[in-house]
Amino acid sequence: MSVSEPTKAAGTGGGDAPTTPRRRSAWDDRKEAITNSPATPVYAALLGVFIIAWIVVTIDGGTFLTVSNIVNMLQRSVALGIVSAGQTVAILAGSLDLSVAFLISLSSLVTAEVMDGSDANIVPAVLAVLALGVVVGLGNGLIITKLRVNAFIATLGTALILQGLIQNRYDGPAGSIGDGFEQLGYTRFGIIPASVFLLVAVVALVYFLLRWTRFGFRLYAVGGDEEVSRLSGVRTHRVIIAAHVVCSVCAAITGLFLASRLGAGTPTVGTDGGYDLESIAAVVLGGTALAGGRGGVLGTIGGVFILAVLDNTFNQLEVNAFLKDVVRGVIIIAAVAVYARRSERRA
Amino acid sequence: MSATTPDAFETPVTSRSERVRKALVGTAPIFIVLFILLALIAIENPNFLEPPGFLAFLKRAAPLAILAAGQYFVIVSGEFDLSVGSIVTVVVVVAARLIDDDPSKTWPIIALLLGIGATVGVTNGLITTRLKVPSFITTLGMLLILSGAVFWWTGGAPRGALPDNFREIGRLGIQDFPVLEQLPWSVVILLVIGIGAIVLMRASFGRRLMAVGDNESAARLSGVKVENMRTIAFVLSGLSAAVAGILLGGFAGVSAQVGQGLEFQAITAVVLGGVVLGGGRGTVLAAMAGALTLEALFTLLNLYGVSGALEDTVQGIIIIAAVAFASYRLRGAR
Amino acid sequence: MAPLLAMKDIRKSFLGVEVLHGVSLECEAGEIHAVMGENGAGKSTLMKVLAGVYSPDGGTIELEGEQVSFSHPVQAQGAGVAIIFQEFNLLPDRTVAENVFVNREPTKRGLVDIRAMEQHTRELLEEVGVTHFGPRTLVRHLSTAQQQIVEIVKALSLDAKLLVLDEPTAALAEHEVEVLFTLLRRLRERGLGMVYISHRLREIFTICDKITVLKDGELVGTVPTEGTDTNTLISMMVGRELDGYFPPRGTAEELGDVRLRATGIETSMLTGVDIEVRAGEIVGLAGLQGSGRTELARALFGADPISAGTIEVDGKKRGRGPRAGIGSGMCFITEDRKLEGLTLAQPIRDNVLLAVRSLGRSQRKRLPNTVSVQELARSVELKARSLEQEARFLSGGNQQKVVLAKWLATQPGVLIFDEPTRGVDVGAKAGIHDLMRGLARDGVAILMISSEMPELIGLADRILVMRNGELAGELPAGAAETEIMKLAAAEDHELEAA
Repeated sequence: MSVSEPTKAAGTGGGDAPTTPRRRSAWDDRKEAITNSPATPVYAALLGVFIIAWIVVTIDGGTFLTVSNIVNMLQRSVALGIVSAGQTVAILAGSLDLSVAFLISLSSLVTAEVMDGSDANIVPAVLAVLALGVVVGLGNGLIITKLRVNAFIATLGTALILQGLIQNRYDGPAGSIGDGFEQLGYTRFGIIPASVFLLVAVVALVYFLLRWTRFGFRLYAVGGDEEVSRLSGVRTHRVIIAAHVVCSVCAAITGLFLASRLGAGTPTVGTDGGYDLESIAAVVLGGTALAGGRGGVLGTIGGVFILAVLDNTFNQLEVNAFLKDVVRGVIIIAAVAVYARRSERRA
Repeated sequence: MSATTPDAFETPVTSRSERVRKALVGTAPIFIVLFILLALIAIENPNFLEPPGFLAFLKRAAPLAILAAGQYFVIVSGEFDLSVGSIVTVVVVVAARLIDDDPSKTWPIIALLLGIGATVGVTNGLITTRLKVPSFITTLGMLLILSGAVFWWTGGAPRGALPDNFREIGRLGIQDFPVLEQLPWSVVILLVIGIGAIVLMRASFGRRLMAVGDNESAARLSGVKVENMRTIAFVLSGLSAAVAGILLGGFAGVSAQVGQGLEFQAITAVVLGGVVLGGGRGTVLAAMAGALTLEALFTLLNLYGVSGALEDTVQGIIIIAAVAFASYRLRGAR
Repeated sequence: MAPLLAMKDIRKSFLGVEVLHGVSLECEAGEIHAVMGENGAGKSTLMKVLAGVYSPDGGTIELEGEQVSFSHPVQAQGAGVAIIFQEFNLLPDRTVAENVFVNREPTKRGLVDIRAMEQHTRELLEEVGVTHFGPRTLVRHLSTAQQQIVEIVKALSLDAKLLVLDEPTAALAEHEVEVLFTLLRRLRERGLGMVYISHRLREIFTICDKITVLKDGELVGTVPTEGTDTNTLISMMVGRELDGYFPPRGTAEELGDVRLRATGIETSMLTGVDIEVRAGEIVGLAGLQGSGRTELARALFGADPISAGTIEVDGKKRGRGPRAGIGSGMCFITEDRKLEGLTLAQPIRDNVLLAVRSLGRSQRKRLPNTVSVQELARSVELKARSLEQEARFLSGGNQQKVVLAKWLATQPGVLIFDEPTRGVDVGAKAGIHDLMRGLARDGVAILMISSEMPELIGLADRILVMRNGELAGELPAGAAETEIMKLAAAEDHELEAA
């Protein structure tokens, strides 16, 4: 991939009169990192959306800026936030995962069944679900890298496989959650629900992975340009497979969490929440490029919050649930279109 | 790259038989599979060999085959259309609500439904080609928009009813037909659309569409209006979904789930037929044969007592295997 | 003491055709060694063998006296050989430090030691005298010259002992070249050996210590820069027996009106090019890589936009875009038929009909007569089993004929042909040349870009030479290779001295 053309416009190449480029100081670079971080515009947009929502809801007669409402929005962000964190990793690698919704459903069912109403089974349940995430992630990763099937089809196929398995075995809610575990969904530390801490923990872990480990560095490299990475010796297949494992494990954790909220596992919890498309929407809104190599999980969480604010607003305005779907669809397309424009102008 | 230059100077020969042979050889694998599956079904259920039995199968498979034809145009130009299932649902629900058991409204509304299909197609095409949104995002988003919109409009549950003259399209057919007793309308429509699609692909449009999928820059430099070709492909897909919806409305009845998962079935069918994702190869006949094969497989599984729910799993495996296989073959080819 | 690099008798073949016929090259530590030659002489191939991108079919490579063999670029890097291609191997959305240390990130207690990474990078940047950017700058924000420095720094961090630079100044401005040369001199003092592939004589004379000339995959000779001059080098690069048959050229009387007239063409690469081609003429366009020939062709055809200038076909200004170009009667046969000329999985018939099918109704009416695919195939003497055969199965020469047939179907008035016989065997070459002369005789105006001297000299009615994005000069038919090469490679002041 030729890197030469884009930066000719940067102003220092070509031309006869030698123009000394302005010296870049460390401060320039740090300022650059903040202003040009893909996450910044997202949080600016979040602020904007927040303010508009506040105005609109208040005019309509509802209450927006209350502690309980904000906590409510946070609460509702947890599930989407966890799965979107994982989706971020997959998309950063230049791939994507459409099987998360069904994996979430299956995980909730496995959790509930293994736990079988008893808190003593928490550890086996968690282990089982994490193992499920790893297996599905490995499957996706291997199909994509070794069988050379593109990510969209591969994860779509996995989604269908999981869907069939779920429908075959389960008709409705199954299993039950131990009381203690169920509390996870409802406990609060002060005003902050325990679930938010779970979200923070997962996001922190993913952030850590991306920013501080060699895996994270190589992930960005592979997503940015697989061929260049390969020529530099990066084991690109391993990186992509690992990215899918991370994504699927996050989806599995989401299922675990949702099971505790619902008290049981259900076969539709993943698809009802639209977690496949919504997680991709959150990632794209958060500034991560669909092509990979650029972006991060902090931006994604910003995207998740934006979606949560919109959701909350629609609920307060008593907007029809189906209209929400329409808006979601439009947002996803618009977000990708806008970002496609931006990256095309830069490139 | 092998050089197949004959020794003597040869005027290139082309004959009709040559072209027919080539077309058959290209699609042979899927037809063999289809034949085997049909044979297995016949073994399990001898009634299948009788015209009514076989025609019932075709009637059931027709909507998917038509969807596969539409999806073929999109895939061969290098894109995906995931909105077709929701177009089907929209068509059924809108038909029921607007016609509301009044037979005089059937035909005008059918025209409207086709218009809806085409409009959705144009929108998909424009967003994908002008706004440069990847087609799977565009059409996935469209899926959400359509299903949300139609349920918002109907308030959650489909209302109204389809009159007999509408339902007959999907259910009945030409009576007192020689030998076959009844030739279902859906089969007739399938044949017409099938032949139309084959003719279209052999014409200038189809050849240019293949070129777009095969090598976009070569096509562009040869003067092909790439964006317009792709948009037209989406329109064809949208129209095929509308037709499939009309058939399904009669055949399966009105429900909110009528279109669910159909887009994935259509893609599976096309891929099964040997059409390569990314475009440029495969025939529409093979795509439709893929649809028939998929239906035959489900029928067979049913006969063997395999749970209907596992159909999805089977589909998932097939779609991965078909694309993996195509990918494997392609790596030797160019 | 053994030289830093000794390549001995390197042979390399592709698809049965030998492109390097036993080339030898030596480079010492602390030496900048130029490798020169016309397009296709084998410079890039030789360097790719050295860098581990290709493995040689014969010969040996020795580094400091020890024989080595590489099967992957990473191995070459490990042995201290770093090659910097024209297309950089950088990740634009990562910082300088992240690019330098890709796949080798330093760690502390299992985690990436970002501070150490940036510190090392900063030290390296200081060593090479960089002041205008730091380790945290995103590569995307750097100019081409700066990105090149990052590539060099990356090589240095890999303890490169030998640096190969492939046309390093192709995309640089004057002052940036100076900065690069200062850096190269510094590296030379440090004891690095450098191989410098270029055709820019002025630069080679400025900075290189020795010059090796390749021609047609063979070593012509190695000379010290001190004792040589432009003329000697040019005659080493070219000067071969003009053998082979070429169809007889037309006479001046047979030339018709000007069919293609372009004035003041400017793009990001071209600076004010004027060109005219008459009916019946074959105008050859010569120039070294990077001189702007293909850019000009694409601009004339409409494949790329122009920022200034006018293009007229048969006296009428043409609209933008390829379709307008085709509509006005132009056609463009690209350099790389597989990438941009053919739809390989489609049958010959569909490839031939592609352009004609894309014509608008009014454009189609303009065509005097409809020609069948059969006739077109016959007119280009296509050899294939049948018209249904997929294009990918044809030989190079026949593929080229299919592309030609495609454009002939549109009955063009102006034909732009970029490298008409590249990758085509000898027999087919003559056939294509005959076809071109036949077309010219029928009144078509032909602009032919070619890197093959014999073809330019034997076929063209006149030869235009491009250099650095502008027309360097014009030569009559049958001009000597040295004349062409002088215009293509040398600066004006050097020519005056010669």
